[in-house]
Amino acid sequence: MNPGAVEHSTNMADGDFSLKAQEAKAKLDAHVREVVQWHFSPETGCPFWLDFASKLGWDPRREIHSFEDLKKFPPFEDDWLRGGPLRRWLPKGLAGKPIYVFETGGTTGVPKSRLAVEDFRIDYEMFSETLPDAYFPKGANWLMLGPSGPRRLRLAVEHLCQHRGGICFCVDLDPRWVIKLIKQGNMDGLEKYKAHVIEQAITILGAGHDIRCMFTTPKLLEALAEELEKRGTNVKAAGITGIFAGGTEFTPQYTRFAIEELLGECVYLTPTYGNTLMGLACSKPVSAADGYKITYFAPQPRAVIEVVSFDDADQLVGYGETGRVRLTTLTRETFIPGFLERDEGEREPPYEKYPWDGVSGVRPFRKIAAQTTVGVY
Amino acid sequence: MAVLNIPILRWGQPYTSLETDAVKHFLTGETLAKVSQANTGLLSRDMRLAPRARQALTAIPIAEIIGLMKKAADLYFSASLPLGDGEQSPDDFARQQSASTGLPEHMAKANMKKNHFVLSNMDKILDALTRGLPLDILTRGYGVESRGVTVSYQAQAPVLGLVLPSNSPGVHTLWLPVIPMQIGLLLKPGPQEPWTPYRMAAAFLQAGVPKEAMAIYPGLGDLGAEVVRLSNRTMIFGGTATVERYRGDPRVQVHGPGFSKILLGDDVVDEWEKYVNVMADSVFLNSGRGCINCSGIWASRHTREIAQALAERLGPVEPKPPEDPTASLAAFTVPGAAKAIWSSIEAGLSQAGVEHMTAKFGARLVEKEHCGYVRPVVIHCDSPEATLANTEFMFPFVSVVHCPQNEMLKRIGPTLVGSGITNDPVFQRQLMDATHIDRLNLGPVPTIQLDWLQPHEGNIVEFLYRPRAFQSKTEKLAL
Repeated sequence: MNPGAVEHSTNMADGDFSLKAQEAKAKLDAHVREVVQWHFSPETGCPFWLDFASKLGWDPRREIHSFEDLKKFPPFEDDWLRGGPLRRWLPKGLAGKPIYVFETGGTTGVPKSRLAVEDFRIDYEMFSETLPDAYFPKGANWLMLGPSGPRRLRLAVEHLCQHRGGICFCVDLDPRWVIKLIKQGNMDGLEKYKAHVIEQAITILGAGHDIRCMFTTPKLLEALAEELEKRGTNVKAAGITGIFAGGTEFTPQYTRFAIEELLGECVYLTPTYGNTLMGLACSKPVSAADGYKITYFAPQPRAVIEVVSFDDADQLVGYGETGRVRLTTLTRETFIPGFLERDEGEREPPYEKYPWDGVSGVRPFRKIAAQTTVGVY
Repeated sequence: MAVLNIPILRWGQPYTSLETDAVKHFLTGETLAKVSQANTGLLSRDMRLAPRARQALTAIPIAEIIGLMKKAADLYFSASLPLGDGEQSPDDFARQQSASTGLPEHMAKANMKKNHFVLSNMDKILDALTRGLPLDILTRGYGVESRGVTVSYQAQAPVLGLVLPSNSPGVHTLWLPVIPMQIGLLLKPGPQEPWTPYRMAAAFLQAGVPKEAMAIYPGLGDLGAEVVRLSNRTMIFGGTATVERYRGDPRVQVHGPGFSKILLGDDVVDEWEKYVNVMADSVFLNSGRGCINCSGIWASRHTREIAQALAERLGPVEPKPPEDPTASLAAFTVPGAAKAIWSSIEAGLSQAGVEHMTAKFGARLVEKEHCGYVRPVVIHCDSPEATLANTEFMFPFVSVVHCPQNEMLKRIGPTLVGSGITNDPVFQRQLMDATHIDRLNLGPVPTIQLDWLQPHEGNIVEFLYRPRAFQSKTEKLAL
């Protein structure tokens, strides 16, 4: 069964909602069939999956009819994404198109990489539809204050801004350097680097560019607001009306603090959960009445988030129960079934706008968190 | 007992966070309290209010604050005080502290007595720590001593940040003189020991200390780092890694392992039996948990006999329920901690020249459902080379180390408390000159014996106030 949608809809009084959930599930299954046909067809598929299929002993194009059928694949190993040649992931159907490569992590060793052609643009155009125009006005200029380099974030945010008719100003932060400073215990160096980044942001914001919207990370937002206040001003007075934030863990307490104390009610904050593999999961609107709970929903059918048992990745946990986040990416550029993320959270029921399962309380997976430096930028 | 909900204290203002941490009973796993957790931004933002703490305190003469401390002492020791959404009697406090830290209840009560004593004798303690300085000089920043010399002391921060431990409730006496020195307190409690900071704050506030002078921000490691980052003066408690991390940072006073020792001089070592009580008390009292507990006894001969005698004294000791007035061992409440400690000792025992003298008194590791104990361990080391010859654990553990007297001071390494038992004036002189010994006891003084009129691991007055040159020609000074 699809992550929850139809199963949960039986508990909902609203018949329209049930229908919506069923339609979403049907759309997902159709999309799965189409994407599997694409990636495993000798005419359009990529070398990696074609080679993989030749060793499976069964033909995915014949056997995969629904999202649930994807469980027939063995667990996806993240090491498959490390190193070259990158073109092993390029579907023949996209040959000749300009290719981007985006990387994740990479503090030590070879980073995981994903090639991209148009996906990041499509993902962020979809995300654009969720932004309220009152706070993210069409035509407004943006500030992208966060990691760029080999990450897709810079290009994606810039495209989002351009898609909405604006010009995007960028200030870079290199998270690999930040993690290195933390591991060295070089807190002085860390502070200086943060100050260097924030200084650039404040300079841009005060340079008459009419910047109204921004992307940043929770830590950088905090540092920016702190520095602006030291200078006798604040985020709102700097002209910002809408902030799309992500990149590291968002907690309800942080969100409450940001809304109540850093930003005030006139600045809209939308938390997101995303990465190079998935795209961008949107959050249900966050409110004080809901205890600032943050629930994310994947951009289905292009990506699916499941919350699965720590012991059995094919077993969904119950609603409200805690499990590991499992991601499936289903685009013509990238097919990644059942990728176990480095995060855990609670499984959330579908809601009207997103009639499929969500995840709340996303935080580093407890077994990995102890060994990893996270939440640093 | 109902679960208490304990808020963050933002310079006197309670704030309930959306994130809480459960403080649990180490034996039953029962939740005792839910403590609001601060995010780092909250602390960072509130630091704008830190100067108010000193302003509020300097508005009250120090002599008057000392009076408030005496009042707070009695409230802390005897009164029922508000705690979060409930109330806490002195007995509740001892039970709760014992239940979350693993310390036997009678030891929690003994710590209460210590805190009460320090608060009640604040006038004498400040007089000793300031070396007799007229205290209004701390308020005004300058003044004239009785010998006619102008002196100036400059506060180095409006508040002292404290990153407190979970496992050693005895350390709180160190920060009690801070408020009467007119410096505010920014406390980050240990996750398992929120009790003392909150009870002390309640006692201070009820006694009349301005609420702007105290803040409590519970949280995880990132919050501790933020306290250090944001405070110009911080006292932090931690292990060797923490000590190394902040070594040489004048803004930070680190309290780590003590590696406290007893050194027996050649002139007295043949009479070692006379000192067995001093040695056993130094190792064993307060469950061997403090940095001032002895972890090494060094002598040039009779070391095996000394180790044997200590093993016979300490080896049979067994864990008892925390409410038992004869309980002498504290539990390790962090899952797996006791086992990890014992594994580390076992690894050290495999080295040549190292002998486990308490082995014949039964297994040392005692594992329970939610906690663990390690029964007292006495080791004999043929030489200082062994890893266990200079190791400290937070339970009664001692290595009796064979070492010639003329090599001892070269080999002992950093030593928080050194008790040198010797009547040899040459050895005494060498001990006096040894800069790697912090507190020096000459003679059979247990390492755990405290004199409240002496500074501990750095003088708090010198840490918070800088003596500096000061001259004035103005006809009227504003202060």
